[in-house]
Amino acid sequence: MSPLWVIAGKEMRDATRNRWVVSATLLLAGLGFALAFLGSAPTGTLGAKPLAVTVVSLSSLTIFLVPLISLMLAYDALVGEAERGTLLLLLAYPVSKGQVLLGKFIGHVGVLALATIVGYGSAGLAVGLGSGGADLKSWQAFGSLLGSSVLLGAVFIALAYLVSALARERGSAAGVAIGVWLWFVVLYDMGLLGVLVASKGQIHEKIFPWLLLGDPADVFRLFNLTAFDNVRAFSGLAGLSGQVDFSPRFLLAVLLAWVLVPLTGAMIVFRKREW
Amino acid sequence: MSNSVIAVEALVKQFPRHRALDGISFAIPPGVCVALLGHNGAGKSTLMKLLLGLTLPTSGSVRVLGEDPARAALTFRRQLGFLPENVIFHDMLTGTDTLAFYARLKGEGSERCLGLLERVGLAHAAGRRVKTYSKGMRQRLGLAQALLGRPRLLLLDEPTTGLDPMLRQEFYRIIQELRGEGVTVLLSSHLLTELEARTDLAIILRQGSLRAYGSLEELRARAALPARLRVVTQEPERLARMLEGIPLALREPGWVELECPVEEKMALLRRVAQLGADLVRDVEVQLPSLDDVYVHFGH
Repeated sequence: MSPLWVIAGKEMRDATRNRWVVSATLLLAGLGFALAFLGSAPTGTLGAKPLAVTVVSLSSLTIFLVPLISLMLAYDALVGEAERGTLLLLLAYPVSKGQVLLGKFIGHVGVLALATIVGYGSAGLAVGLGSGGADLKSWQAFGSLLGSSVLLGAVFIALAYLVSALARERGSAAGVAIGVWLWFVVLYDMGLLGVLVASKGQIHEKIFPWLLLGDPADVFRLFNLTAFDNVRAFSGLAGLSGQVDFSPRFLLAVLLAWVLVPLTGAMIVFRKREW
Repeated sequence: MSNSVIAVEALVKQFPRHRALDGISFAIPPGVCVALLGHNGAGKSTLMKLLLGLTLPTSGSVRVLGEDPARAALTFRRQLGFLPENVIFHDMLTGTDTLAFYARLKGEGSERCLGLLERVGLAHAAGRRVKTYSKGMRQRLGLAQALLGRPRLLLLDEPTTGLDPMLRQEFYRIIQELRGEGVTVLLSSHLLTELEARTDLAIILRQGSLRAYGSLEELRARAALPARLRVVTQEPERLARMLEGIPLALREPGWVELECPVEEKMALLRRVAQLGADLVRDVEVQLPSLDDVYVHFGH
């Protein structure tokens, strides 16, 4: 077996053993259920498609929760092992640094995928089946929500690795990880809003959508709220999405770039640094 | 020496703020056990990292098993076993799982793991989580992983820290067995006296430079430290007068300590033995220990 898979397998087993998987799954499932049922309650009588509403509410939840879970899962991947002395040991084995980092990445994304798919999946299934079935479009929207949630998680795992590769200590890595979360989840949007208000909406409508691409959480939001018409209707983003004419495929590619760029950065730093 | 297991030439490692290794050279023949001695910060761990190819020398050359460790193929590392200083294994896995993980990384099956755990005396705790292990048990787990894959060279950084005397004995027994199998062992330690009987060669580093390298006998000879004779006597005053000309290191009621060059100790012993039973009750010979040699070269 290639060292890549040995390391990925160990990361997944570690996360299972220390109940990371269980707690993240329960958290996502619990909040997912709560939002799904609260969200679908008012629409039930209107005969709307409850699963489509669930996609809207779950995607808002994802934006807050998944980056946080990912950062906490991965921020000490390198600096933590370095402090325990196991990184030095690992590097003395017949394993390349690339295999170490990618193996960990596969393992961590696997953990996150498991938690997301089981946690959200159960909530989605309950809503979709419970309300007498949903149409194919809604199921597709829900499926792409699951997939893009994992992709968003991968973005923040990659960012966490970059932090972990640069940090001198585990504690400072944790602090910076929280900062990354704050920046992308809270401050960036507030900043954009501020600019919008300050310029009295004069910011060019050709520029504004592109600024949204500077934040993976916004890219995720745009993707999930605009990719499917039935979802778009409930998202309240209909106005904005009228101006934003990025195709879903383009948004996915941007999200993928948000994975690859920090991951490559982490790889370069990890390779260069002497541990 | 072309068949050296380790050959280091004019090795320099410069960090931004300090020079960890300042031009050291030595060669280690196969199948010996070498003690690497020095204070914290003397460059021991840096040297080990260079030997493992984990860091590049600023200048000079390193050859390990005939290859440059920083440029050799990854499979080269299968021939090495390494135990880092202060390694803390992942808590949640069991001893067997942890060892099996490292075995797979070395391209080995997990069949030998139980045998290795037995060898280091951890078989009874194999199924327990590493979290519940004592420091000594973790250290033994560390040794077990270093022995995976039948290495030709073992690099052990402070391997006996946290082991009680019994376990230390056991540890050196394992090292002795390995040496019998032709494995070369380089181990650093600050517990010098325990290394004494068990190492063939010693390297003494001080602030990044090589202060001494050789067998203990050679180092002793080079340090020219005196042997000490402790003579138990009722009459230290009279004894001292009888042995005039011989430096007295200590005089206490009940015994005196004499110093002489190591090669003259038999002559002195004969002289002391002839003094008669009433004057000399007992004699104890103390050769300079590794501690003394270390203090001599390390300061």
